Amino acid sequence: MIAKGRIVKGAYFDSVALMTVGKEIGRAEGVDDAAVVMGTAENRAILDASGLLMPEFASSAATDLLIAVRARDEAAAEAAIEATTALLAQSGRRREGGGQPRPRSIGGAVDALPGANLALISIAGRYAGAEAMAAIDAGLHVMLFSDNVPLETEIELKRRAAAKGLLMMGPDCGTAIINGVPLGFANVVPRGDIGIVAAAGTGLQEVSCIIANEGGGVSQAIGTGGRDVKREVGGVMFLQALRALAADDATRVIVLVAKPPHPEVLAKIRAAVAAIDKPVIPLFLGAPAAGPDDAATLEEAALLAVARAAGGDPAGVRERLRRRDEEIAGMARGPAAKLSPGRRRLRGLFSGGTFAAEAQILLSGVIPDIVSNAPAGGAQLMRDSLRSEKNTIVDLGEDEFTVGRPHPMIDYSLRTARIAREADDPETAVILLDVVLGHGSHPDPASELRDAIAGACGRVAVVCSITGTEGDPQRRGDVARRLEAAGAVVMPSNAAAARLAGAIVRIREEGGSR
Amino acid sequence: MSDLFADELKVINLGLESFGRSVVAAGAAAVQVDWRPPMDVAPAATETLRRHAAAIEAANARAAKIILAGMPRLVDLQRAIDVVPGMRPDLFLHAGPPIEWARMCGPMRGAVIGGLIYEGKAATSEEAERLAASGGVDFAPCHEHAAVGPMAGVVTPSMPVFVLKNEEFGNHAYCTMNEGLGRVLRYGAFGPEVIARLRWMESELYPVLQRAVAAVGGVDLKNIIAQALHMGDEVHNRNRAATSLLFRALAPAVLRTSEPDAAARALEFIDGNDHFFLNLSMPACKATLDAARDIPGSSLVVVMSRNGTDFGIQLAGTGGEWFTGPADVPDALFFPGYTKADANPDIGDSSITETNGLGGFAIAASPAIVQFVGGSASDALDYTLSMYEITAAENTVYQIPALDFRGTPTGIDVVKVVERNILPFIDTGVAHREPGVGQVGAGVLSASAEPFRLAYEAFAQRLKDRQD
Repeated sequence: MIAKGRIVKGAYFDSVALMTVGKEIGRAEGVDDAAVVMGTAENRAILDASGLLMPEFASSAATDLLIAVRARDEAAAEAAIEATTALLAQSGRRREGGGQPRPRSIGGAVDALPGANLALISIAGRYAGAEAMAAIDAGLHVMLFSDNVPLETEIELKRRAAAKGLLMMGPDCGTAIINGVPLGFANVVPRGDIGIVAAAGTGLQEVSCIIANEGGGVSQAIGTGGRDVKREVGGVMFLQALRALAADDATRVIVLVAKPPHPEVLAKIRAAVAAIDKPVIPLFLGAPAAGPDDAATLEEAALLAVARAAGGDPAGVRERLRRRDEEIAGMARGPAAKLSPGRRRLRGLFSGGTFAAEAQILLSGVIPDIVSNAPAGGAQLMRDSLRSEKNTIVDLGEDEFTVGRPHPMIDYSLRTARIAREADDPETAVILLDVVLGHGSHPDPASELRDAIAGACGRVAVVCSITGTEGDPQRRGDVARRLEAAGAVVMPSNAAAARLAGAIVRIREEGGSR
Repeated sequence: MSDLFADELKVINLGLESFGRSVVAAGAAAVQVDWRPPMDVAPAATETLRRHAAAIEAANARAAKIILAGMPRLVDLQRAIDVVPGMRPDLFLHAGPPIEWARMCGPMRGAVIGGLIYEGKAATSEEAERLAASGGVDFAPCHEHAAVGPMAGVVTPSMPVFVLKNEEFGNHAYCTMNEGLGRVLRYGAFGPEVIARLRWMESELYPVLQRAVAAVGGVDLKNIIAQALHMGDEVHNRNRAATSLLFRALAPAVLRTSEPDAAARALEFIDGNDHFFLNLSMPACKATLDAARDIPGSSLVVVMSRNGTDFGIQLAGTGGEWFTGPADVPDALFFPGYTKADANPDIGDSSITETNGLGGFAIAASPAIVQFVGGSASDALDYTLSMYEITAAENTVYQIPALDFRGTPTGIDVVKVVERNILPFIDTGVAHREPGVGQVGAGVLSASAEPFRLAYEAFAQRLKDRQD
């Protein structure tokens, strides 16, 4: 047995805290007895009585902390003293009581939520970059919803994140599903074995919803922001996410969604895909197919993924879609026959940019004279976004509509007003709509659209797609029933809705020329 | 990234609250950040600081370590002229950043007038004002002479001062003895009873305490402050426990070393003034923080101080440079008969306590004065908790019982203050704006923003210059 002591100057602890620590130490391995007290005369007398008064304690002051241990050997005594100082240091570090205020910074939030691993940032773009940087520096994955973040900031953020093995989704990343948790504007889809990397937000939503509606599930859905696949950013995160999904055991099939990447970036992606031994289904909207698994539409990509995950092959999916498209041609005859003479034009009023682009690409070559405020495929730029002409496909999420007002997925007033105006136009045959459900979107779009659709139907055909699932707060089935009750034709995908609208217009065009 | 897929998702949500709610609805954890935009500073400064972030963090860790290791001890009392560095017969020290007579507020002018009368340099207030206005006496901040003073903080050459030593680093700090409440010099009162009290303090209280301090061999102030935090003080606006502890430490020695009447008067004076310890908590903080001066690259604040006109700060990494802006009027509870219109803008060196993680930073330890901060103990907890967001360290000795003995938030980082846009929280006494009236209330306020903005940019410039 040896006894050992230590004086800690300038420390002060409540005697109850000290007794608690003393008791703890006394129970430690190899320790016979221990005392942790302030160095008052009384305490020294107590130590003396229990044989723990060390010679060096003689000169201690009441303000000194005395640690005394009697133990089996030197090592046990030393360990006990070290443990005492550690316990005392800890005694001031337990969690604070109730009434916790909200943290005011990323750093404060990391303290408040131990184990935090992702920062979801949607503050104004001019501040968002700095906060995202702080999050990356704190070792957090980031989803940056905000737009208007400078390109050079995006490059720097992604460079740093990549170096630390972190995900940097965005800027302008509207949606993601990580570990089954919807982030931003996202739908409730079952977990499963299909991973998605998308540089197109609503594209990701559509693919994940169709997967869910077809009975599949999503492992991870990673958004990168649209600029990621441009030359300047170089696809840094797109590639990083692709590699992560390739390495993820829970992911068996990978879907890639983007508007066509810059050729250099595309080459890198193709090279990365070639090295992956899982099925990868690329959808580069509007780009020519380069492989057997390349999809042409969001719907096809989702169906191919579900088929691949079930061990099926692409041919079956393509055959199913071919037959379905034939049915659509047949479906178009009824509505087309009901329209007044002169009604032969399309009016696509979109809230999702990817949907507007996909519709233009699908209909280029099917119907003539397509114009848009965000032209894609063979479409021309329309002269005035507010005034439809020829066959118009307008993206109401573009800046000219959203400055100073909420996004059209949240605020339907712009669309309902425009539906009424387009129906009044004697040239309009079909109004084509996208309705996006899920977290972040309008909680009750059917109530918003019902009257406008009912008011337009009879004069024009209204065709819409619903991007959503039965798990979404709005419930896809409920919304579909109510829109159908108002007179709309509801299609299972944006591609299907666009094809139906195109088929109606074709019939009207042919009728007009006859 | 595989770790992310394998772990439970825990989200920090910064921005749209509905996104956080969706995360929670999906069964994952989320914490909402109460974010606000950073202060408006030059983007180039932010960029420079970001580039040097690692070096700043290292320098701040060094500074914080020094602050935490400080061991302030009351070792003696002496006349200012004999011990305060640079003190001269024609020099008056004052609270806050530098200021000339023309810009001094009412209470500070009153204290200067009282000081001139006390020193025998003037017989009347008119004569004193003429003298002060004509350059008959020089002014300098206490802080530039290792001293601190509450409210007007006027220290004249003859005044006795507490002598403190930071035993860990060997530096000293000085402060006059507290005169009590009511009509007192530090609030700008200079009537005959004020001067008479100052003379008694010089002739009787000073020698009594000097002998007692010598007899006990000095007093460990860090220990008293730590205990007082457990007893409901935050040692800025509440010093009742600390004063009592000091009384216990000194009373027997006072009785042994002074004749009974003088001893009784001295002890009664201390007993009758709950704020007697303020003039020890302040220099204790000063001695602690001065040791962390002149650490290149450190953005920690070592002085936060007001002269009733300007609010000024100094940083560990920017030497003796002051960064100043207008002082604000505190939000206060006023004594009967007074309103905010009577209040002088914020004044005094006592915010050195906040600079050292006490005072407003430790308000959670002081439920007795929470009526100053909105009335509930949880408000006080919130104030203290938010200060952890702008500090570099947690004190290893000073603790908050209500936060499970968490160490007080210590070492204000100007970078965090600006970028997180959270201003230091100060609880303080309020002086009447006219000289001679005295204290009219007590309350709380946030530090002025301007000095922090300026310090942030100047600090960045220094880092840039050093690099070029």
